Amino acid sequence: MYKVLLSWRYLKSRYIALASIVSVTLGVATLIVVNSVMAGFTVEMHDRLHGVLSDIIVRSHNLNGLPDSEWHMEEIRKVAGDDIEAMTATVSVPAMINFRDNIRGQWITQPINLIGIDATTYSDVCEFEQHLLHPLNREQFQFILRENDYGRGRKDKFPVAGWARRRVAAQWEQREIADQVENGDVTANDAALLTPPPFDLADDSQTLAGLPALPDSIEELPELQGPLDNGPRGAGQQDSLPAVPFQTDDAPLLTFDAAREQHTGIVLGISICSLRGRDVQGDLMDYYFALPGDDVKITFPNTGQPPKAVSDSFTIVDFYESEMSEYDSSFAFVPLSKLQNLRGMITAETGVASVSAIQIKLRAGADLNMVRDRLQARFPLQQFGYQIQTWRDMQGPLLSAVQLETTILNILLFLIIAVAGFGILATFFMIVVEKTRDVGILKSLGAPSRGVMSIFLGYGLSLGIAGSLAGLALGLLFVDQINVVAGWIEKITGQEVFDPTVYYFSEIPVVVNPLTCLWVVLGAVGIAVIASVLPARKAAKLHPVEALRYE
Amino acid sequence: MSSAYKLPETKIATGVQQSPQLHHAAASVVMRATGLMKSYRKGKVEIPVLNGVDFEVREGEFQAIVGTSGSGKSTLLHLLATLDQPDDGQIFFEGNRIDNLPAKSRDILRNRYIGIVFQFYHLLPELSALENVLMPLMIRYGFTKYMLRRRKNRQRAKELLDKMGLSHRLKHRPRELSGGEMQRVAIARALIADPQLLLADEPTGNLDRQAGDEIMEILRDLNREQGLTVVMVTHDETIAEQADRTIHLVEGRVQTM
Repeated sequence: MYKVLLSWRYLKSRYIALASIVSVTLGVATLIVVNSVMAGFTVEMHDRLHGVLSDIIVRSHNLNGLPDSEWHMEEIRKVAGDDIEAMTATVSVPAMINFRDNIRGQWITQPINLIGIDATTYSDVCEFEQHLLHPLNREQFQFILRENDYGRGRKDKFPVAGWARRRVAAQWEQREIADQVENGDVTANDAALLTPPPFDLADDSQTLAGLPALPDSIEELPELQGPLDNGPRGAGQQDSLPAVPFQTDDAPLLTFDAAREQHTGIVLGISICSLRGRDVQGDLMDYYFALPGDDVKITFPNTGQPPKAVSDSFTIVDFYESEMSEYDSSFAFVPLSKLQNLRGMITAETGVASVSAIQIKLRAGADLNMVRDRLQARFPLQQFGYQIQTWRDMQGPLLSAVQLETTILNILLFLIIAVAGFGILATFFMIVVEKTRDVGILKSLGAPSRGVMSIFLGYGLSLGIAGSLAGLALGLLFVDQINVVAGWIEKITGQEVFDPTVYYFSEIPVVVNPLTCLWVVLGAVGIAVIASVLPARKAAKLHPVEALRYE
Repeated sequence: MSSAYKLPETKIATGVQQSPQLHHAAASVVMRATGLMKSYRKGKVEIPVLNGVDFEVREGEFQAIVGTSGSGKSTLLHLLATLDQPDDGQIFFEGNRIDNLPAKSRDILRNRYIGIVFQFYHLLPELSALENVLMPLMIRYGFTKYMLRRRKNRQRAKELLDKMGLSHRLKHRPRELSGGEMQRVAIARALIADPQLLLADEPTGNLDRQAGDEIMEILRDLNREQGLTVVMVTHDETIAEQADRTIHLVEGRVQTM
């Protein structure tokens, strides 16, 4: 009884001891904040990575792929049929993309990772549709250009795209060529070689001369005028003038009408043809070199020995925005059969097509590693040469780097709490010295040494609990308001704490793990108690007579 | 060490007017010490404090131990209170040897059977007068046991403080009390466990004349009316005169008068 009473009274009368516990409070708060942010980062990263990747991927080491995807899928089903939820075949080749910067008119070439996918089944194995910009594509993706309405629901405004854009652009281009032919600047035959910019927008402040500016919505789209957009065109001009700048050899569509037709659809990673930066005011803005509705040229190797470059025109039908810059800046999706066709992956006699990878989604709760090992056993490396990986294997280095960072931060911060423990030790020693006479009194009244010791242990325990709980509250409050706090710091220092141009996320992600919080609090309380053991033992060992004499 | 120890009714009626020797000859010995030796070390020098002290106090007796400063009287009291252990010699309490008991048993002895009053009161500064008085009971009982009999305990403590004339000072902290009041709280604390023996170390040594007289009156009343056995250490002959019997300590030995 007296232990509780005295611990409590000492706590109430010695506020200086609370100061010594502030370090514990701060340590606990920091640990909780760091752990929550790191966990948030990890979880978000896992989600993103896993969203982009399928659970397991069976990939041929050969760019020309594993032959006969049907047979392989059949075998995979035999091995792990119970666990499989969905499967799809993909072809993946390195490629070059070639497109025209729609504002400055320059040609831009970039390396990309061209992926042939099956529009209907690809979304079953990983999050693909969710990352597209057009609302209809998000529900059911098709490789066709939509009218407009791209990027609905995005935070920042997305420019007009789709057919709405394509029609105006085609109109502009035709008129430009027609003007030049009329003026005699170029002969009609050379007109096809010209690559005039669709918009004369060297100066941002000026809108198009001669053509209305692109409207914000499809309803505002002006009536198309001029000789090229309505009905039959002048026959003489039409015959001699190839309307499409990207005329390909295998598709000799001389009458291709860009305002009404599209090439094969392609979904581009949003960063391939856009840059995220800041405008003069310092506001975040995206700059798009090309938009859905524009045509691009893709060059990739065929399956020949040695491979030869194959080129074809595609029309951007949507953007892929996973917010993982690594993927957004390299992935381009085209229809699987088209790519197989162009690369010559289909055996003419049998019609059997090869693919470069089979992506598998397992049902929830299935053991990824076990399925991977079983598949590995079915397709021995030396016989097939397939790389079979789970999504974790593929992102292993990144995930383990984050894990390592978390571990090291935890160790460092726990050392801070341990340092706080020494502060408690010193403070407690002073309190024991100050309370020497009280110890003598208690002993003269018959209090056993253990009782005296537990007064000071209880004192340490209650301080530890108070400090840790305060730290817990502080930490949770901070975590809860972390984006607000980041905003304040931004305002005060004028520096962006969490730069969305650098990180994957626009907000700091946090996940509070109750178990982690519990461990942190228990650890801190433990350190406070351990730090009070020595002073408590000293108090317990005091000789009553000497303690009573102490002045 | 029977806890059911009760003083016979006749003892309460007896007064100081009776010859102490006569009265106590019949009473049983509460505490007895033989050949107590104690020395303290100061660096390498050993300073003898007690050189073979024999001591005896009988039931219902008020005994004073008188000596000058450094005569070892406080040391003797500490030994009797089992706060310290003698280098040589033996101490008996109600016939049982106590000087060689393990620490735990000595703690129980101090807690329940021997009350101690100090010159400097030695109250716990963080606790109120009432809580200070209750401290021995808090030490004796565990949390739940104490809480079960809390009301009873507090009632008893209030009664004691009331007897000491401190019923208006229950919630006061020691620093808000005068010296005499503090000493009375200390006496109440020593009495709450109903001890068989009260040891007082210069109980008036830090008080002015009037407050000292009040304390002495309380001690005498306790001895006379309740038959409490009291052993008091003092350097003041006039105060010692109020005791039934006085022994003088000179240089660590009992001086026969």
